[in-house]
Amino acid sequence: MDRMVPYPSNSIVPERDVDKRPVLETHHLGIDFGGLTAVDDFSITVGRSEIAGLIGPNGAGKTTVFNLLTNVYQPTRGDIILDGVSTSRKTTAQINKMGIARTFQNIRLFANMSVMDNVKIGMHNSINQNLLSAFTHGFGYRRSEKASRDEAMELLEFFNMEDVAGAEAGALPYGAQRRLEIARALATHPKIILLDEPAAGMNPSETAELMENIRRIRDNFNIAVMLIEHDMNLVMNICEGICVLDHGKVIAKGSPDEIKSDAKVIEAYLGKKKEADNNA
Amino acid sequence: MIKFRSLSKSARTGITSYSIILLAFAILFPLQNLGIINHSISGQLVPICTYIVMALSLNLTVGFLGELSLGHAGFVSVGAFTGVIAASSLQDKVSPDPLRLVIAIIIGGIFAGIVGLLIGIPVLRLRGDYLAIVTLAFGEIIKNIINCLYVGVDNKGLHFSMTDIKSLGMENGRVILNGPQGAVGIEQIASFTAGIILILFTLFVILNLVNSKAGRAVMAIRDNRIAAESVGISITKYKLTAFITSAVLAGMAGALYAMNYSTIAAKKFDFNTSILILVFVVLGGMGNIVGTIISTVILYMLPELLREFSDYRMLIYAIILILVMLVTNNDRIKLIRANASAAIMSWLRKAMSRTKNQPKGKEDAHNG
Repeated sequence: MDRMVPYPSNSIVPERDVDKRPVLETHHLGIDFGGLTAVDDFSITVGRSEIAGLIGPNGAGKTTVFNLLTNVYQPTRGDIILDGVSTSRKTTAQINKMGIARTFQNIRLFANMSVMDNVKIGMHNSINQNLLSAFTHGFGYRRSEKASRDEAMELLEFFNMEDVAGAEAGALPYGAQRRLEIARALATHPKIILLDEPAAGMNPSETAELMENIRRIRDNFNIAVMLIEHDMNLVMNICEGICVLDHGKVIAKGSPDEIKSDAKVIEAYLGKKKEADNNA
Repeated sequence: MIKFRSLSKSARTGITSYSIILLAFAILFPLQNLGIINHSISGQLVPICTYIVMALSLNLTVGFLGELSLGHAGFVSVGAFTGVIAASSLQDKVSPDPLRLVIAIIIGGIFAGIVGLLIGIPVLRLRGDYLAIVTLAFGEIIKNIINCLYVGVDNKGLHFSMTDIKSLGMENGRVILNGPQGAVGIEQIASFTAGIILILFTLFVILNLVNSKAGRAVMAIRDNRIAAESVGISITKYKLTAFITSAVLAGMAGALYAMNYSTIAAKKFDFNTSILILVFVVLGGMGNIVGTIISTVILYMLPELLREFSDYRMLIYAIILILVMLVTNNDRIKLIRANASAAIMSWLRKAMSRTKNQPKGKEDAHNG
């Protein structure tokens, strides 16, 4: 595993990414719902090819962070810098165009459409087709549809789903739906992909396959991955940098080894240690 | 030969709907010309065609976009009266009737589209049922505006007034729109052929749109707005695209509809008409093109066919509507229907392979 080094000064990214501009930075990000502070002072840096993990107990605000990053919720405080550009005042759709793609904790596929169409919808902004060709099916319609079909097929092959391209998305088994959602997110040509509990509901062999897939995504598409996950085996195995959230606040940041031995993290997950344990 | 059942669902919808319309034309056009079908039915041919276009266009908003519109007749109305004004003012300048009709239909569509844009821009940004409320109001507003609008034409051009005919200030002009009386002295240049062509055009536009990047975006917004946004689809842009397309097609249908009568008043396009079109769409199936065509024809003809029941006509009509709704939404009846159609299909295939008595035929039956 890569050694984590500081970038710029208070954050850490893998060594190979140090000289490059980080793909995602947040500065003191926070949001209040009424009087409740859901996330506060959330500052992280994600390297260009990093696999980053966001963990924490239930209700810590992990999904809220994803919703802030994609501007589903407007941040009350702080900045989000995507590849050097601030995403403030951008819509969710514009942020996707800028390079953040995501999946959802409760799968959100276009269930009544085919697997192929789901991926094609993901490619929406890269398909070169105007309204005239949409209405007439001329003026480059065939060319653009063929190009999008070919690219969608390539993506499906990447996830071994080429056989079910014509099937209805909602009829797929659970694991395949999760993979399709990742494929759809990748179809938007992101710089970073946010995975919200990708291993939820998966058995150990599916989880092992997912881990392999996440590494392949990073290497083949040359993008960063940030994931929320409760499966500690997965997180500790593939994440290079981990950020631990509790009650909306960052309680620890570091490599898996540092996180495993961090007293605050252990306390957040297991409760406070007794005096006797400490002395032992 | 390409097997019909092996085609994609959208290709099947396209083939089925185009063939229904062309078949209907092939049968009815000679009958109408030879004068075999009676006058009351042949007089209904153009209205049926235009109602099919209205229902198909509303289906774009309700079925494919998933937004409820309660003022579709308003767009039809805008198209009808702008179309009539265009046709009447061009009466002396453009002599061939079909050309004038086409111009009127296009102008009707353009104006309805502009109105659709003006309504859509503020309303489609919102989530929820605001479109239903605003279109409901819009339908009534358009009706009342046209009710007190006076339009005339003379050799100086078009004259408009909101008070009375005198204030138009015309010399030897013709009155086109006469306030509450509506459009008067319309040339009846609509024809069944034009109606069929307009339906084919509508099918062409809608089916093409549905199978395109824009159409997929529209359906993605309907199915899961948050996911659609997350893959970079601009919600307002594609909602507007679908809504304006729907308005344009409704306006075109309105222009053709108006050209079928010598006079037409704004109250023809009231709330009841909007609901009537909505009923066609709902019973035909939201997002179901073939179903919309069939339900429009049947439900439009039904009151005519029930004429002999005189006073009980609308009562029976309502009961039939309720029964259709129950039948199409009952799971048990759906299952029986599916089993029955499967049985019929397998029987047909067996019969076909028997008559062919060829190994290939058998194979087809097996695969199909």
